[in-house]
Amino acid sequence: MASLRDIKTRITSTKKTSQITKAMQMVSASKLSRAEVNAKAFVPYMEKIQDVVASIAAGSTDTSNPMMIARPVKKTAYLVITSDRGLVGGYNSNILRTVMSRIRERHTSNDDFVILSVGRKGKEFFTKQGMTILESAIALPDHPTFADIKEITRKAVGMFSDGTYDEVYMYYNHFVSAIQQEVTETKVLPLTDIQPTGSTASYEFDPSAEAILEVLLPQYAESLIFGALLDGKASEHAASMTAMKSATDNASDLIGGLTLQYNRARQAAITQEISEIVGGAAALE
Amino acid sequence: MKTITVNIVTPDGPVYDSEVSMVIAVTATGEMGILPGHIPTVAPLGIGAVRLKKENSTELVAVNGGFLEIRPEKVTILAQSAEHATDIDLARAQESAKRAEALLQANKNEIDFKRAELALKRAMNRINVYEGNI
Repeated sequence: MASLRDIKTRITSTKKTSQITKAMQMVSASKLSRAEVNAKAFVPYMEKIQDVVASIAAGSTDTSNPMMIARPVKKTAYLVITSDRGLVGGYNSNILRTVMSRIRERHTSNDDFVILSVGRKGKEFFTKQGMTILESAIALPDHPTFADIKEITRKAVGMFSDGTYDEVYMYYNHFVSAIQQEVTETKVLPLTDIQPTGSTASYEFDPSAEAILEVLLPQYAESLIFGALLDGKASEHAASMTAMKSATDNASDLIGGLTLQYNRARQAAITQEISEIVGGAAALE
Repeated sequence: MKTITVNIVTPDGPVYDSEVSMVIAVTATGEMGILPGHIPTVAPLGIGAVRLKKENSTELVAVNGGFLEIRPEKVTILAQSAEHATDIDLARAQESAKRAEALLQANKNEIDFKRAELALKRAMNRINVYEGNI
């Protein structure tokens, strides 16, 4: 049995750990609420752009824009959104596992695909796997603005246009609720499945529908990526909050158990002392 | 007087939402004035100022790229970034103008040159909008 002092030390250190995890939980909670606000602010932009893209796509039947045409796939790009740091529960491992199983399903050789990685964890993982990372963005702020990620979105879309790869899939954790995040796979490019929204006004195009699509489609693809990133950030904070909450709960369970053990040991020591005294007194009589 | 609703939205959130009597924007093909009742139109935007005319005042918003969607009673501007004249940080704009100029001097590389040129254009646009000399 551990000595009284040993148990006491463990209780103190567990308490300190739980204070830290508790603080981290609260930090994540506040970051989460801000991330949700950011994701909401982005919604009107995304809806509008989707609306216009759909109505143009519906209006002009001959979609000659290269971004809308599926071409024979020689190389696939996987855009994987992970976090920069750990302590986020299954956030990163879920995504990376899904991506790996998809890659194994689709490709036999590492030369058939490239990785575009957002987040340090993803970069480290894919480097270790010996895969080609074409672009990576790390150390993004907790609440990224469009300007922060413009670089990687522009490159991701640009390299599709110049033929470096022929399709782009994106993986991120979709924020369902504070306790549930879902790994989501989206095909970003080519934009083959743009659904007409039904009640769309017929527009005049200045100068022409083609010229507008040329400006609009890259912007649309970039905003798809940005939307996923905001979603992923919200999930990251939510996952981190949940992980820290369960760590705090575990710590208090542990402290409970240890306190019980401590009290028992203390009681045993007292009982022993008393019986020693009684025994000693009895021997004197 | 008839008015038209103007919405300016960027990926970072809405920037402007109000009723105005006329919108003047710089599109890819030139300046475009929009009055209430305009035919539904979509046009790409350049880097420039959007002028929003109200009864007896004019507001300026610096926009960078994106496009313009017009419906008879509503104008929506979707820009990658947009700043209202009162929100522009002049010092920062001047700083980035200087930086872009330095890059232009230094660079022979075509892509970097273009990028610097665009950055300079954006910065000059913000400075102009801030000072109101459009």
